[in-house]
Amino acid sequence: MLRLALKMLYGDRAKYAMLVGGLTFCALLMSQQVSVFCGLMRWTTATLRNIQVPVWVTDAKVEQVNEVVALRDIEVDRVKSLPGVEWAVPLYWGILNARLPDGSFQAVQLTGLDTATLVGRPGKMLAGRVEDLRLPNAVIVDQVGVKKFKAKGIELKVGSTFEINDKEARVVGLCQSDQSFLGQPYVFTTYDRALQYAPPQRKLLSFILVQPKPGIAPETVVQTVRAVPGLTAYTSDEFFHKTIAWYMANTGIPISFGTVVVLGIVVGIAIAGQTFYLFVHENLRFMAALKAMGARTSTLAKMVFLQAFAVGLAGYGLGVGVASAFGFGVLKGGEPPFYMPWQVPVFTGVVILFICCLSALIGLVKIIRAEPAVVFK
Amino acid sequence: MSDSANGQPSIAIEARGVTKTFGTGDSAVAALKGVDLDVRFGELTMIVGPSGCGKTTFLSVLCGTMKFEDGSVRLFDRDLAGMRPAEVTAFRGKNVGFIFQQFNLIPTWNVVENASIPLLLAGASRATAEAAAQRLLDEVGIGQKRTAYPTQLSGGQQQRVAIARALVHEPRLIICDEPTASLDAASGMKVLELLKQIACRPDRCVIVVTHDSRIFSFADRIAEMEDGQVKAVHGKGEYHAQYV
Repeated sequence: MLRLALKMLYGDRAKYAMLVGGLTFCALLMSQQVSVFCGLMRWTTATLRNIQVPVWVTDAKVEQVNEVVALRDIEVDRVKSLPGVEWAVPLYWGILNARLPDGSFQAVQLTGLDTATLVGRPGKMLAGRVEDLRLPNAVIVDQVGVKKFKAKGIELKVGSTFEINDKEARVVGLCQSDQSFLGQPYVFTTYDRALQYAPPQRKLLSFILVQPKPGIAPETVVQTVRAVPGLTAYTSDEFFHKTIAWYMANTGIPISFGTVVVLGIVVGIAIAGQTFYLFVHENLRFMAALKAMGARTSTLAKMVFLQAFAVGLAGYGLGVGVASAFGFGVLKGGEPPFYMPWQVPVFTGVVILFICCLSALIGLVKIIRAEPAVVFK
Repeated sequence: MSDSANGQPSIAIEARGVTKTFGTGDSAVAALKGVDLDVRFGELTMIVGPSGCGKTTFLSVLCGTMKFEDGSVRLFDRDLAGMRPAEVTAFRGKNVGFIFQQFNLIPTWNVVENASIPLLLAGASRATAEAAAQRLLDEVGIGQKRTAYPTQLSGGQQQRVAIARALVHEPRLIICDEPTASLDAASGMKVLELLKQIACRPDRCVIVVTHDSRIFSFADRIAEMEDGQVKAVHGKGEYHAQYV
């Protein structure tokens, strides 16, 4: 009977197409929008992936990675002296204006790495060598910079120059980095040179990057640092979640995306629910005939739920498939943000399952209420 | 099953004082007002009468698809009123075959699938059910159309499929609701001939509700209903001779 239930569903092609279309739209809207939201949230933590260290030390009031409250340089030595710390290096991070050869400006995220060790160096070089950062006025620009400069008519390559704060920056390498929420290119240089580029301030140290000693957990070092007045520390993972939580709490992004997702669910319920109800209504006479011929309620329930799940599966597959295709497309271009962790398809699947169950239940109630004697009318 | 006496066929269905009312209060309509009827094995019993006299309601009560208020219905020695709804459904599935006025063939299932429904509902495998359905389809003369869909068949052919569906699980009671109403005269006569020929057996009874006086001659007995009651029960040929 279950095979025939599916045949009953697929036989009514118009209704089937409408049902699948509604659920596809719902699944697409949810998975695509949630993935864009996740991508956007992921962008906010790009610095944590571009500079990979176990522990980040900041001013005690800093709440997320894109927020800088400068520290005194002496804090690096204080952290180095803490138990469990293998090494600690300074990091400069700030947004400065780069002046291009044609006189136009481009905001960049200047990242000053420890001169001796280059800890936090770019993971993937597209051209040049990281070690060349030690050359005079050397900088490495990421692929976003290449794209942004190109949009302004400047072909950025090794050997190109521009100015930051009236000082020359000579490109010695191009790298691949994660795009950030702010959208500006990462420009890597050494810490010492970054201080020369940066506007004069009493304190310029943005973060201290820390490596725990072998066998010491990052969380232990974090607790040790937090005991130092004026400082706090986060593991990379903790800083990631704290940053996302900050954006969730302090921006309108979750509400705007949440509204679209809720809209997708409502539209899905409305389309799928109504169409499935119509489908059941049109087949009510046949269902009543089956009841008259001895079909138990459980058999009819299985048939209706199978029909609902079949359209749900098709709609889910198409919706998430189209969202994934969209994702592959935009990942090539880099914008808009798109990140689909496994939780997104699972979440979408659960919502589609809910819609299917609801639709099936509405239809089933109608079937249960129908007297088999209706077939004689 | 009641004992037979004096060579008379034994009683398959015994209805006594059956009442059924639709609606409540001022809008209540009494459809059945204490109906009595015996239906015997081996006979084709017709229930006739004017529109609104309660024929279809009585038919629905007899086969257990509609609850009634008072009276009793014993179907193959089982008291329908004393059975739980699930029991009635299972009992009906095993013992009753249906032929409807509008055929009620599921349009997206082909002929053999439609004809095998009762066996599939009873839990038979697809192969067993379809083999049995094919035998019946051959018997009603439509075996070559096994993969056709109902919309590709004429009314007479659809009713043949319905007959095959009604008989495929070897039920003891065949219920026919206006089986010729949607057919032209020739097709209607053929369907009744077929029904009489393959459905009527000593261990089975057939009940036909009809308006169609042309088929009265096929009946072994005719129960004449009027205003929610069985006015008279006529023997073979009596009603036909008297009224037609």
